Amino acid sequence: MSMTKRDWQSITLSAVLLAVAACLPLTGDAYMLSIGITIAMYAVLATSWALFSGPTHYISLATAAFFGLGTYTTAIGIENGLNYWATLPIAAVLGAVLAALVGLATLRLSGVYFVIFTLGLAELVRQVVTWGQNVSGQKGLYVLTDITEVHIYWQLLVLGGIVYLTGWAIGRSRLGFALRIIGDDEEVARHSGINTSRAKILLFMVSGATAAVVGSMLAPRYIYIEPALAFTPMLSFLVVIMALLGGTGRLWGPLVGVIPFTLLWEAISASFPNQTTLLLGLSFLVIVYLLPRGFVGLIESGKRRMREREAFA
Amino acid sequence: MKRRELFGLAASMALAAGLAGPAAAQDALKIGAVGPKTGPLAGGAAVTFWPNVQLWAHDVNEAGGIDVGGTKRMVEIIEYDDQTNPGETIKAVQRLATQDEADFILAPYGTGLNIASAPIFERYGYPMVTHTAISDQIEDLSGKFPNMYFLLGGATGLAGGVVEVLSQMREAGEIGSSVAMVNVADAFGIELAEAARPQFEAAGFDIVYDSSYPLGTQDLSPVINGAKDANPDAFVAWSYPPDTFGLTEQAQIAGLAPKAFYTAVATAFPAYAGRFGAAAEGVLGAGGVYADGDAFKDYAARHEAVTGAKPDYWASAPAYASFQILQMAIEGAGTTDKAAVAEYIANNDFDTVIGPISWDENNSNAEYWTVGQWQGGVFKGVASTGRDGAVPAQPKTGWE
Repeated sequence: MSMTKRDWQSITLSAVLLAVAACLPLTGDAYMLSIGITIAMYAVLATSWALFSGPTHYISLATAAFFGLGTYTTAIGIENGLNYWATLPIAAVLGAVLAALVGLATLRLSGVYFVIFTLGLAELVRQVVTWGQNVSGQKGLYVLTDITEVHIYWQLLVLGGIVYLTGWAIGRSRLGFALRIIGDDEEVARHSGINTSRAKILLFMVSGATAAVVGSMLAPRYIYIEPALAFTPMLSFLVVIMALLGGTGRLWGPLVGVIPFTLLWEAISASFPNQTTLLLGLSFLVIVYLLPRGFVGLIESGKRRMREREAFA
Repeated sequence: MKRRELFGLAASMALAAGLAGPAAAQDALKIGAVGPKTGPLAGGAAVTFWPNVQLWAHDVNEAGGIDVGGTKRMVEIIEYDDQTNPGETIKAVQRLATQDEADFILAPYGTGLNIASAPIFERYGYPMVTHTAISDQIEDLSGKFPNMYFLLGGATGLAGGVVEVLSQMREAGEIGSSVAMVNVADAFGIELAEAARPQFEAAGFDIVYDSSYPLGTQDLSPVINGAKDANPDAFVAWSYPPDTFGLTEQAQIAGLAPKAFYTAVATAFPAYAGRFGAAAEGVLGAGGVYADGDAFKDYAARHEAVTGAKPDYWASAPAYASFQILQMAIEGAGTTDKAAVAEYIANNDFDTVIGPISWDENNSNAEYWTVGQWQGGVFKGVASTGRDGAVPAQPKTGWE
């Protein structure tokens, strides 16, 4: 894998942006920081979601399942005397294993069957956790640590950096090429000798492991963990909406969806606390009708138009 | 570049938020209120939390405001919907503290949302008198968050109240020793069942049927039929609002009519009596109030007049009482300095709509209602951990 000058440029630019983002806590504004955490959390989730769903066009609604799994891993780990840092890799492994199991069982399905299964998965995991609590008599878990919001924010940024590097490396690898072919036509991919199941499962594992680690990182922020809060289906939907708003065709696509969406959502919650759901629905409609290919599509058609104008001039 | 845009956007957002708020007198106290208006807990908050926020603000402003060191200051409530999502609760409290610069913030609604936002209350020094947080970890929590107070009690006490009431009925010869116990398989239901089991056994009760059902179960007939087959003297369900209604209805259909019939959360809601009418008579439930006391009667009348709805007979009055405590502490301290107000709360007793409140070593109100019973259309407290005004529990006589 040889690096071109362009690659170095984009890596340097990303590193600089990440470093600038890491300076946010230095402003000392705690409100900004709490918005920053929300943005970082959804940026990581949406980007890792798009790593899998972008090229394959498989819409996964399982984010909440992996997120909740991670939250519970940390909560149960800390309760049993594990170090917080030790719970992060455990969550990643568990997330990857769950994704592999789900992948083996379902990725041979396509289209709507896969969507429905992933939606059910979060509910399934939630019910299993609840059943476990009922049998063992355990209730909500408490994650009392000294980890502050600044730590969580920085951890999320580091994870975001790792996800970007992974996504970039996959995009340049044989695996990434295989996935793009699968996305165009799975039949053709199979006939060209690509092991489509293996490729899809590998990517789904990356996505699942990332979401589980995000859940782990957020556990100290929620402090009190119970199934209804950890496995909320709303999370899965928001991640999909944000990623689609940005556009999944580029690695940075979800990010340009997450930032405006989070700020819009914040503005709605702050100014119209009684109409949040209504306004959220309206913004969905606007997104679907006016930005069907997300901001990425908007930016790229803008670029194309500019090029055409130059050609005529 | 992106960050700069973020700052700009956020600044204009903050401006928009400021413009959207109601124009208030310049010297009004800004009081933040965060709670679910959407999401799973919105129904409970609409009965217990939001009407009391409205009533309290109305009462304070009607009386000319809160007396802060000699000047009367009106209150202005800033409300946010947390969508029953702890991340949103944290953000909303953060927003109240730094953007709205709220003078004080009322404790949020529900156990998880209160605990999630406790670190933010702590960081900015806001006193936090919780009204709907039930926890078995009060000692750890109050150790970590010294400004956090608990009004509603704990699971062990709630379960103990039921055991106590059934023991009394057994001594009076009204029931025997067999108990059918079911619970909803979710946090609070599990916790209560876990707390009740050893207490029932210690009191010499025989648990003849012990089962659970998943949250959101629509068909509760297997649960009720199983209990009925065991022919118990008492039926106890550690239930949530939807199943409290479902179990009661199914018990009527199946003819499960023991002398003691208990369902937990939402039995104390006025909607329960509204739905079952005369059949609700004699049903035992979690919570209770000194329903015949003048303080509660007066409060309930005002609640209905101002908000158009009756208060529930459990957490409504404690919610109002928690706001009263904040108000009394501001007046007592004579300042809006948060540290001084927090100190006043820690060092004083308060006389509220639920009676006198004093704190134990864990900042918890140790005297709370545990069991109530529908008697003559009113849900009266029949057991507590030290409150005055309990009436004796009466055996239930069928569903007619």
